Amino acid sequence: MSPEFTPVLSTVGGALIGLSASALLLFESRIAGISGIVGGLFTPLKGDTAWRVAFLAGLALAGLGGWWFAPQTVAVTIDRSPWMLIAGGLMVGVGTRLGSGCTSGHGVCGLSRRSTRSLASVITFMAVGAIVAVTVGQLYRGAR
Amino acid sequence: MKRLLLSLGAGFVFGVGLLISGMTQPAKVVNFLDVLGAWDPSLGFVMVGAIGVHFLAYLLVPRLAKPFWAKSWDLPPKKGIDAPLILGAVLFGAGWGLGGYCPGPALTSVVAGAPPTVLFTASMLAGIGGYALWERFWANREVPGMAGGAL
Repeated sequence: MSPEFTPVLSTVGGALIGLSASALLLFESRIAGISGIVGGLFTPLKGDTAWRVAFLAGLALAGLGGWWFAPQTVAVTIDRSPWMLIAGGLMVGVGTRLGSGCTSGHGVCGLSRRSTRSLASVITFMAVGAIVAVTVGQLYRGAR
Repeated sequence: MKRLLLSLGAGFVFGVGLLISGMTQPAKVVNFLDVLGAWDPSLGFVMVGAIGVHFLAYLLVPRLAKPFWAKSWDLPPKKGIDAPLILGAVLFGAGWGLGGYCPGPALTSVVAGAPPTVLFTASMLAGIGGYALWERFWANREVPGMAGGAL
């Protein structure tokens, strides 16, 4: 078990994520799926762009706050080659659009509405993510 | 205006939640996925906290005639499990395990300008944009050039 385990902070942070998603749902009937919010900017529909930009600006504001007041919250301490980051980013971008959602859209929103599609997606991306992370972990540890 | 402020506020609270929960640190995400390493179950607690709250909101939906501000409920139709869903999740999971970022944390922490975050996020946006282009020009060719433009 990692000494970095933060059960209380992670549950509280998670509750804030749930609160944000609930506000979008109950006021605007919108799904707080980040990949979907970004993806919609690339196929713009009239009157459907500004709220996406505002939401992403909110995310960025929070990130700036984190960087300013607690830089460790946005620190990258894992060792990943540039090629792994490029390949990883491309796969996350294409995969979340092809699969209609990511950790927020399928994970938080989909599971909250008990969607079988989302459950299938979450099981798949968690399992594949674990296989890849374990493999990279073993290779890196072996190389040291 | 108030609607844009709600979106801005929702994005901000979402981002603060990611920061507080540790999800903007790829090390915590990778340590959740790498079950043979120094395992960190935090990500599971984030999901429990988020779903615990959001599940309650979904209980309200059938009891409300319409959303507070939008004209009517407009939620994704519940479809079956298909190949794009699973193939997409496989790709996403692989990229997530490689980089330790999913879209929310990447877009929240990219403003800090750390080179790995910037490289990952730029590639992710290229992937999202590239997929949108592919969808517009190849996947929906029977609807020529209308994948969103003219509405």
